[in-house]
Amino acid sequence: MAEILKMTQPLITAEAVSRSYLKGQHQVPVLRGVCLSAARGEFVSVIGQSGSGKSTLLHIMGLLDSPDVGEVLLGGSRIDNLNPAARDQLRNHVFGFIFQFYHLLPELSLLENVMTPLMIRHSIFGFWKRRHEIRHAALSILQQTGLEHRLKHRPAELSGGEMQRGAIARALVGRPEILLADEPTGNLDAETGAGIMDLLNRLNQDQGLTIIMVTHDNAIAATAHRSVQLVQGRIQPAEVETSQDTQQRRRA
Amino acid sequence: MYKLLLCVRYLKTRYIALACIISVMLGVATMIVVNSVMAGFTTEMRDRLHNFLADIVIESRGTAGIEDAEKQMERVKSAAGQYIAAMTPTIEIPGMMTFTDPWSGETYTAPVQIQGIDPAGKAQVGPLQDYLDSYNPLLEDGTEVRPALRSREEPLGWELTDEGEKHFRMVQERNRLLLEDRQTESGSTAEPKPSEDAPVFDSEPAAEGDAVVAAPATTDEATMSTASDEGVNAEALFNSDHPDSHEPAVPLEARIYLGEGLVSFMARNPETGRQQKIMMVQPGDNVILSTITSGTPPDVTKFQATVVDTFRSGMNEYDSSIVLMNLDSLQKYRGMHLRNAISSIHIRLTDYSHAPRVLAALEQAFPPGMVNIRTWEEKQGMLLSAVEVETAILNVLLFLIIAVAGFGILAIFYMIVVEKTRDIGILKSLGASSGGVMSIFLSYGLGLGITGSAAGVFIGLLFVEYINEIEDVLSWVTGRKVFDEKIYFFLEIPTHVNPWMVISVAAGAIAIAVLASILPARRAARLHPVRALRFE
Ligand SMILES: Nc1ncnc2c1ncn2[C@@H]1O[C@H](COP(=O)(O)OP(=O)(O)OP(=O)(O)O)[C@@H](O)[C@H]1O
Ligand SMILES: [Mg+2]
Repeated sequence: MAEILKMTQPLITAEAVSRSYLKGQHQVPVLRGVCLSAARGEFVSVIGQSGSGKSTLLHIMGLLDSPDVGEVLLGGSRIDNLNPAARDQLRNHVFGFIFQFYHLLPELSLLENVMTPLMIRHSIFGFWKRRHEIRHAALSILQQTGLEHRLKHRPAELSGGEMQRGAIARALVGRPEILLADEPTGNLDAETGAGIMDLLNRLNQDQGLTIIMVTHDNAIAATAHRSVQLVQGRIQPAEVETSQDTQQRRRA
Repeated sequence: MYKLLLCVRYLKTRYIALACIISVMLGVATMIVVNSVMAGFTTEMRDRLHNFLADIVIESRGTAGIEDAEKQMERVKSAAGQYIAAMTPTIEIPGMMTFTDPWSGETYTAPVQIQGIDPAGKAQVGPLQDYLDSYNPLLEDGTEVRPALRSREEPLGWELTDEGEKHFRMVQERNRLLLEDRQTESGSTAEPKPSEDAPVFDSEPAAEGDAVVAAPATTDEATMSTASDEGVNAEALFNSDHPDSHEPAVPLEARIYLGEGLVSFMARNPETGRQQKIMMVQPGDNVILSTITSGTPPDVTKFQATVVDTFRSGMNEYDSSIVLMNLDSLQKYRGMHLRNAISSIHIRLTDYSHAPRVLAALEQAFPPGMVNIRTWEEKQGMLLSAVEVETAILNVLLFLIIAVAGFGILAIFYMIVVEKTRDIGILKSLGASSGGVMSIFLSYGLGLGITGSAAGVFIGLLFVEYINEIEDVLSWVTGRKVFDEKIYFFLEIPTHVNPWMVISVAAGAIAIAVLASILPARRAARLHPVRALRFE
């Protein structure tokens, strides 16, 4: 791709990350020394079969989980061993999460859902002082995602595509540096999924947002700058792919 | 901010939370109602105990009493005169009362507490006038069935009312006739004279002529057999004039006010089906009192007394044991009149809060060992502390109700936390801290507690305010009296709302709600974000 940015230092790095789960008596390794990094403004996709540990990797990089072995570095400094309060702060300020099942809070309206990260960031008093500013930020994000006519709706009253766009809006409202997307199109039909991918690509290009996206769909993965594969707990670095390349490799 | 928002939303969208609110509400309302009624009863009971006892009582240690009432009262006055509003000399002595039930003709003897009083003085240390039957209208189910026989202005004394006088004369007349009968037709049974008795007895409800007429005869016999050789001549007392004379008899020297409970019983009126109070002795009747003289060793003394009035203080213990008698006669019969001896002095203070000071001053004024000086509270200490213990136990039990509500909250909260597991994961992925998640559920508990308590306080106070109306409705629905004023001697259910009680009950309920939410809240806070997100 032509628009590959100059990548000097990676923004986020997973270094030799290992993670295993206890299944009964046995330690079942899921990640065995995964190395993955993304530079600022890069759009990396991770593909892998179901159960290969993609979500696990994403959770570790987003500080929702900790690696058994290995490190997570943000801008060169280690973040996986920080205290809980600092991790909470990083999750709120630096990372934005998108999930396959949207995970909007059912009791809140779409607008409230989108404002949640900022409500978490500020105290009641701080929120009250900035309420117009915050509302404005949420509204403009919702406008970007094309949901300005659904503000008062509860998640249950929205379609899957709308919910996912709402989730993206929520992930973005706090102006994160890195967007971690776990199968954002996994639960949507092809057309709606393509719309979501367009949105992500646009955010990547226009705002230079760093995106790490997990998917098991090669076609979706191909829209990224770079695609890597997670096989048997290890990353197989792959060159930049097109959709054609992907098909070829599958045949091989 | 999200904490508050989510907490409010969870409250609004979870109807199960309503169950928590209602259980807290019911607990709080019950506690407030029960406490208010208990406090009402206690206050009322204390008032009644207090009213009958005066503030401070000086009692002699022995049955002989203390000599020279005037001198003793002078001594009291000089010791603590400025605090004392009124005082009255009294003789208190246990005794027996014998009277005849006109309905069955049987003679009863009951243990009594005879109190020799000066009615005017007694009325100054306590509300005696309010208790006396003749000064108050007779009420039945809240409606007046007989107006007061005496006006409130009439000073207290030992005179019979017109009705009492009439009854007295009727009884004397009947006795005279019976006596004549017996003297003329000796050997044959005394045949009542219906022609003469009938008009008088028509006024009495459900009177059975035979029983009523037979009654005086038995009294007569009892009197003659028991009080023959004593200083009291029964016949002479009964008919202070000669049997043959047709002049009206004069009531006896000894006059008494009878505790109503001593001579009354409740019976169902066959016509109306209502419980009715039946008086076995009424003003104008004579009864026999026996007690001991003040000598050493004491002798038994018996005398007849004319019932002038009945009283009801509302304290069952008093109403079913106390006989109030004119002080001078009691002194005479007990041989105390020469020394003007009394057994106790009842004192009313201008302000009860001075009691400890007065007590100390009086202790100084009397020689040690001569008298007991106690406040009414000390005198009734056992009863009062029993009531206190009862209230405390009741409160503990009732608080357990709220504790049960607390466990309900705990269970329901646990359910909600489980249900909200994924949302908790989401919040954590958005950067919410464990403390933040915990405070959602803690404030949820607080919100439930506050809402439930507020509703409970409101309903409880409303219930207390309209308790008598509610009682009426309940009585109407169930068809029987829930609160029978004839048993409790209250026209209305007494209540007393202590604001501190209300506040502490509400605060306790809120605290329990918060405590019950701590465990689920901690669970929520400790949830691992990934595990929460993966939770199905
Ligand atoms: N809490 C856990 N305890 C035990 N095993 C777990 C746990 N969480 C995940 N695993 C296992 O780890 C492996 C990786 O799970 P993960 O969700 O990361 O896979 P994935 O690549 O995201 O799969 P999918 O594409 O289906 O989402 C799976 O085999 C799963 O069974
Ligand atoms: Mg997954």
